[in-house]
Amino acid sequence: MEFKVGLAQINPTLGNLERNVGVYRRTIADAHAKGVNLLVFPELSLTGYFLRDMVPEVAQRLDSPVMTELAALSRQVSLVVGFVEETDDYRFYNSAAYLEDGQVKHVHRKVYLPMYGMFDEQRYFASGDKVRAFDTKFGRMGILICEDCWHLACGYVLANDGADCIVAISSSPGRGPTPGHAPKLKTAETWERLNRICASFYTTFIFYANRVGYEDGINFWGGSEVVAPSGETVAKGDYLTESLVTADVDSNLVRLERVSSPLLRDEDIHLTIAELKRIRDERFRDQY
Amino acid sequence: MSGLEINTDLVRKILVGFIANETRKVGFERGVVAVSGGVDSAVVAYLATEALGPQSVMAIWMPYKTSSAESERDAKEVIGHLGIGSLTVDISPMVDAYFREFPDASKMRRANKMARERMTIAYDHSARLNALVIGTSNKTELLLGYGTLYGDMASAINPIGDLYKTQLRQLARAIGVPKQIIEKDPTADLWPGQTDEGELGFTYAEVDRLLYHMVDERHTDAELAAAGFDPKFVARIRQMIQRSHFKRMLPVIAKISERTIDRDFRYARDWGR
Repeated sequence: MEFKVGLAQINPTLGNLERNVGVYRRTIADAHAKGVNLLVFPELSLTGYFLRDMVPEVAQRLDSPVMTELAALSRQVSLVVGFVEETDDYRFYNSAAYLEDGQVKHVHRKVYLPMYGMFDEQRYFASGDKVRAFDTKFGRMGILICEDCWHLACGYVLANDGADCIVAISSSPGRGPTPGHAPKLKTAETWERLNRICASFYTTFIFYANRVGYEDGINFWGGSEVVAPSGETVAKGDYLTESLVTADVDSNLVRLERVSSPLLRDEDIHLTIAELKRIRDERFRDQY
Repeated sequence: MSGLEINTDLVRKILVGFIANETRKVGFERGVVAVSGGVDSAVVAYLATEALGPQSVMAIWMPYKTSSAESERDAKEVIGHLGIGSLTVDISPMVDAYFREFPDASKMRRANKMARERMTIAYDHSARLNALVIGTSNKTELLLGYGTLYGDMASAINPIGDLYKTQLRQLARAIGVPKQIIEKDPTADLWPGQTDEGELGFTYAEVDRLLYHMVDERHTDAELAAAGFDPKFVARIRQMIQRSHFKRMLPVIAKISERTIDRDFRYARDWGR
């Protein structure tokens, strides 16, 4: 399986759905013209990130006009869309939808909502309770949103659920301009290390899409990247500037990596489950 | 100094992007900078010029009759070097007219009045030129409360408020601010011979090192003492931060309704922009 992936390193406008839908339309047309088959948008890029009380104001049901339009556009290019999802029971999730051939193929709801430092997501969002791989035209994939990636169990579940590609999307605020030759934020270094490690040890592709721009003085650093199962970064967006990052993906590279490093074949999930059950029983014994 | 070193190329890129982005998204193209001849306002003028272009930056030099000749020379050198628009407004007539009514006013009252006089002028030209006031308060003085509320602390956007004074000097060197401006003693220049470090009783190098470990690294007093910081100095700085916290907040609003501004009416400033 060979296909071209695009990472839409865009600069959304906070709480301005109309303007952001315009950016989505233009980016999709551009990606289509460049032969992109799967286009990945960053976390909450349809709405902006520091939404606070705007969360219910910009939320979309999966059948809303905006989502219906994006689903229709997925006949040209398969899409991963980062948005606020409103459910039938009026919960709001930080979600990513995989749209393909006019259909919603999968929705991942962010599980780990950061609630520390500059982050207050749990105040506004409900937490997702599933981490699942799913089948697409381009093979089996899984989606994680920002903080989910930092909990290595999420990627572990997806890899063991058969994902060949992990789509990781974020709105990562840049911090820590540490000295050195390469002008790189500490945040960027951490993410790049994480992506290379996850690709290597889960033996999957990582499609990492991060946004750019500023919200209330907070910068989002971009640097979107495609990391191959070998751990090699095969495409990389600039820091801090808008771009459409593209890479040709050959799923045979997953095969080759798993031939030389059959980590998933040898993974003993019975052992992991048994030990985790024991830990859970010990840790929560008093709560039953 | 470890921990206070910054990658100046990267910080410059982030701050230039910040000024351009936060200015334009609220519908402005221009900025106003109150220049004092000091390193903070020089750095801001350089960054604003890089972000918006020299024709879109207005520097206002607002001396009082006691302002030093050195300050004037340095402010004018920055303006000349950048080729930005400039304006001189002498604040002596208005400040002196006011204090003729209150001749026994303390130094501090006079200093605050001058800072607020300058603020009203900067904001007047902000309206005249359709330009945002770009702030020049650094992280050290914001944390210590070493500034005048609604005076020099007032601005629309502040590119340098998360950089300590010693970090600003690194940035100033990297972006080509004239050497004598970086190396001279920092001063509010409110009366002859005044220097920040003389008034505060410690150097920026000392306090920045402490602030970095106390605020950014969240070390406890015991850890700071073990690292060699004088406990009396630590206690004094903690108190300065705590007592000046009101200067870093909106005025306290008495809660009446279900939705009170800034408490349960929560929106980013860049709301919809």
